[in-house]
Amino acid sequence: MPFSVEKIRADFPVLNQKVHGKPLVYLDNAATTQKPVQVINRLSDYYRNENSNVHRGVHLLSQKATEDYEQARTAIANYINAAESKEIIFTRGTTESVNLLATVLEEWVQPGDVILVSAMEHHSNLVPWQQLCRRRSAELKIIPVDSKGILDLEFLKKSLNPQVKLVAVNHISNVLGTINPVKEIVGLAHDAGVPVLIDGAQALAHTKVDVQEIGADFYAFSGHKVYAPMGIGVLYGRQTWMRRLPPYQYGGEMIDRVSFDEVTFNELPYKYEAGTPNVGGVLALETALQYVQKLGIEQIRKHEDLLLEKATNQLLQVEGMKIIGKAPDKTAVLSFLVDGVHPYDLGTLLDQMGVAVRTGYHCAEPLIKQMGLSGTVRASFALYNSEEEVDVFTDAVKKAVNMLR
Amino acid sequence: MTIKEKEQSVMEEFSLFDDWMDKYAYLIELGKELPVIDEKYKDNQHLISGCQSRVWLHAGLEEDKVVFTADSDAVITKGIVSLLIRVLSGHRPDEILDTDMEFLEKIGLKEHLSPTRANGLISMVKQIQLYAKAFQIKLNQ
Repeated sequence: MPFSVEKIRADFPVLNQKVHGKPLVYLDNAATTQKPVQVINRLSDYYRNENSNVHRGVHLLSQKATEDYEQARTAIANYINAAESKEIIFTRGTTESVNLLATVLEEWVQPGDVILVSAMEHHSNLVPWQQLCRRRSAELKIIPVDSKGILDLEFLKKSLNPQVKLVAVNHISNVLGTINPVKEIVGLAHDAGVPVLIDGAQALAHTKVDVQEIGADFYAFSGHKVYAPMGIGVLYGRQTWMRRLPPYQYGGEMIDRVSFDEVTFNELPYKYEAGTPNVGGVLALETALQYVQKLGIEQIRKHEDLLLEKATNQLLQVEGMKIIGKAPDKTAVLSFLVDGVHPYDLGTLLDQMGVAVRTGYHCAEPLIKQMGLSGTVRASFALYNSEEEVDVFTDAVKKAVNMLR
Repeated sequence: MTIKEKEQSVMEEFSLFDDWMDKYAYLIELGKELPVIDEKYKDNQHLISGCQSRVWLHAGLEEDKVVFTADSDAVITKGIVSLLIRVLSGHRPDEILDTDMEFLEKIGLKEHLSPTRANGLISMVKQIQLYAKAFQIKLNQ
């Protein structure tokens, strides 16, 4: 299927609007992506026609919902090439996935142990580990990032030893756009017998994710950053791990048998899905991934790389332009600063011109501060962004900088 | 001039601009112009932290009037800060406490005072009111 941005844009109703009287140019996709009608319809169809609680009804509606729900789990497992669908645990999003893991790994981490995270982590893949280390008197070690935005793999190699209980890094940085060599990282960690969590929040929309090829023990992502609704996410966990680890929350489908004195817990994946799940969200996530699959992730990546390159080149024409994040392996995220211009001012003026970007720390305060900055402006691209929008954006930056200087 | 009269004059100034660019160019000009605070007050004690831009605010009492000086690291924020100072500084605490800052809405800058902007302005307004309250108590003693 040829990649036609014009046709794609027709699927995203939200894009067809004006803000401050100007056509919306939505470049805050790393925060959340817009949803195609297919996804919106799937969610609404579920509530119109199928809504009922899964796994416990004898009636037809419940059986249909359960079937669809489990079918979606299988489809999502296939999409990321998990060995088994029971390795897909539904959560509210990446943040909950990481917190779930940080809770159930409590006993795995003993006083004096080490957890390794990278300096480019989102707060959601930093603070849960920082807090776990605090509770367990363990040490949180930070894998440094160089000025280009590349992870220091030598540091990782040197730091791996039997005291290390987990390596947690993102697949793609939400600030720098760096694509981390996750397969290599997993290989290094596994050679030392250390399990790995990959935070894939930014990855699903931009690159192929094959959890078996990567080899990660755990892989977390959010639906809303890959064209699915908010409030649905996944924790992929290898069953050899998840079978051994204790439950996270108690009640509902995660119970097998219970008396007032005793309880046995359900099998995977239900053991980790206490309470009524977000069935509509799961079905719509399946639809979102189908949407991406139909367009082809390689095609999407090619298109977004083109936008990134064009935007980067055009921004560099601005005097005093500083691109933050220059890793050779980079995608879809463009962080920048202009000498003498405050990110907040630039963001405010861009908004007036209809261009939606993000300014500030991007939930990665330690990284930004370590780079000696107090924030950046970030434009992030998605499959529906056009080359014309890149022109509008870079012209708007030039205009704003002229006003501010 | 009373606070109301000052608000009126700000609104009249802004009514001259037909498009956003002129309005923001004016705010930027205001922001660039004003050396509004003594450098020694630009410390952590006077910092109102927004996650996006930072604001420093100092308040002093001159007879029965509160005098505010302030600054921000972002120039648009600073422009709005200077409007707030122009309207509110030099008035009695009770007058300040009676003000609803509606003029910012009328000149189309209300969104800058939204808590989600995290630019420090809404906290600045709250801090101004706290100072006014504190000075009011002090004056009544």
